[in-house]
Amino acid sequence: MNTLLEVSGVTVSFDGFLAINNLSFQIASAELRAVIGPNGAGKTTFMDIITGKTRPDSGHILWGHKSLSLIGMSEAKIAQAGIGRKFQKPTVFEDQTVQENLMMALRKDRAPWAVLFFKPSTSDFERVDDLAAEIGLSDALLRVSGELSHGQKQWLEIGMLLAQEPQLLLVDEPAAGMTPAEREKTTAILVEAAKTRAVVVVEHDMEFVRRLNCKVTVLHEGAVLAEGSLDHVTKNQDVIDVYLGR
Amino acid sequence: MNRSFIARNPSVLIFLGILALFTLAVTVLSEGFGLGLISTSFIKVLGKTLCLCLIAIAMDLIWGYTGILSLGHFAFFGLGGYMIGMWLMYERTRRIVVSSLSEGVLPPTPEEITAGIGNQIFGVVGSSDFPLIWAFADSLVLQLAFVVLVPGLLALVFGWLAFRSRVTGVYLSILTQAMTLGLSLYLFQNASGLRGNNGLSGLQNLPGVTAPQSVVSLWFFWASALALALGYLLVAWVVSGKFGSVIRGIRDNEARVRFLGYSVETYKLAVFTLTACISGIAGALYYPQAGIINPAEVAPIASIYLAVWVAIGGRGRLYGAVIGTALVSLVSSWFTGGQAPDVPLGIYTVKWVDWWLVLLGLSFVLVTLYAPNGIGGLIDLLKRKLKETDV
Repeated sequence: MNTLLEVSGVTVSFDGFLAINNLSFQIASAELRAVIGPNGAGKTTFMDIITGKTRPDSGHILWGHKSLSLIGMSEAKIAQAGIGRKFQKPTVFEDQTVQENLMMALRKDRAPWAVLFFKPSTSDFERVDDLAAEIGLSDALLRVSGELSHGQKQWLEIGMLLAQEPQLLLVDEPAAGMTPAEREKTTAILVEAAKTRAVVVVEHDMEFVRRLNCKVTVLHEGAVLAEGSLDHVTKNQDVIDVYLGR
Repeated sequence: MNRSFIARNPSVLIFLGILALFTLAVTVLSEGFGLGLISTSFIKVLGKTLCLCLIAIAMDLIWGYTGILSLGHFAFFGLGGYMIGMWLMYERTRRIVVSSLSEGVLPPTPEEITAGIGNQIFGVVGSSDFPLIWAFADSLVLQLAFVVLVPGLLALVFGWLAFRSRVTGVYLSILTQAMTLGLSLYLFQNASGLRGNNGLSGLQNLPGVTAPQSVVSLWFFWASALALALGYLLVAWVVSGKFGSVIRGIRDNEARVRFLGYSVETYKLAVFTLTACISGIAGALYYPQAGIINPAEVAPIASIYLAVWVAIGGRGRLYGAVIGTALVSLVSSWFTGGQAPDVPLGIYTVKWVDWWLVLLGLSFVLVTLYAPNGIGGLIDLLKRKLKETDV
């Protein structure tokens, strides 16, 4: 297996509370993975550590085939290295159009000087059009994104992530608050995205995870409890205990 | 979609057109050039107002577009004024000293001239030595460069420290207040080298210029109008493209921009420094029209007024900032200048000099509550209504 991201022995505590406890995790370069776990299992902290928002107390995080250490890098540098993150609540820039949102996310030089003199070329506009088509927002390109429905905002945010051309996508509860039809489309977008890159989906909803049809990692109290297919982990006695209570 | 900057922003052209017409009309009506319907002192008021509009545009860029409520931009404005004031005062004093010494039998030595200037300028603070910061006061070119460089450098250092530590929101506002208060208190000291609470004066007299004030006031009025036009163009261009997208993104959701791979701190620092430089230029044009600058000018309240003007005019709209500032500062000088008629209420007479601040505070509260987008927001509303009736 060619490993894209390797997290080993990572521990984080907040004021004595052990949020992540000696966690190890690996993902390959074109893989779809679901991370599930009860509330407080450390799912969000896990994402915070990878994206540089939280610095771990100990452990290693190695990235890419060059095995670059991500610990100590800024959020912006980690994002530039190829890790995209989608928040739980849809966060798009509401007073800007869908086109502006996507244009901002396109993989380009991020330095202020280059951005100041940036002029979108025809190919940039085409790329934005393609992305909008991919997320089903072609008709809404010039609409202010604040006017979009909840589901459309979620897709726009996924589109912005794809525009960054990341090698790893971290997606936090993408299906929350969506209608069944919207869920189906979200599943399709994520499965498609995982063909060319690694995608980690943090999810609560078992039905949605089943639809993703991928390997599942179960987190509990900041550590990996079980890993394997969904059927495999749901038969695991530890997982049953954690989810249903002892 | 890839049209030119002006075509995408018709409001810029409209603004520049109105500014040009206004400048022309004022010139024609002025005392120094045309019909004499506008007094020289009012030309100065108008010129100063244009400078305030320029710093308001800088304020709109940092607050309205980037979301950083700086309450310290008058520190940069004041520094710009001090930098040009140093040259004006030095050069004018030098000419006076040289001409009075040359009446003597022997031609004066350079030492005598320097001592004479020092006495004239620093006599009020009980000194006659030139402080180190006056080392380049004899060079107009250098002091003009300092108008931009000194505020820019202060903003760069202050911003680097503040943004790197991720100080945001109200804490940053308090920090900027502390900065301008600190500068003000420092300048109040006689040992600051800038004449303590006396400040720099006589700035309206340009050294070597024999033209009357009625003409000089027009020069400054024109220069202020030009600076405002260029500043408006620059800021409108900065906020129009992807850079504008990024800074508005920082305003609305800083963390999201960071995870998109943009170094938020660098962007904030760039905007903070740019707006400080613009403020410095505005100050350098303002104080020669005011004639005097003293440390009270950079007191914390000045920067708060600036935020009030921009809020009333409408944040995130450059023309809103200009309208709000022009309107409020002109009305304010009318009320506080004693021209507003008092209102006798029998037992109590409303004196506007005292009551104007209450009125200003009240209008600020009303705007915040009922028109959060200010006057500019009302214009947007009107435009939308017109569009709807067109369809």
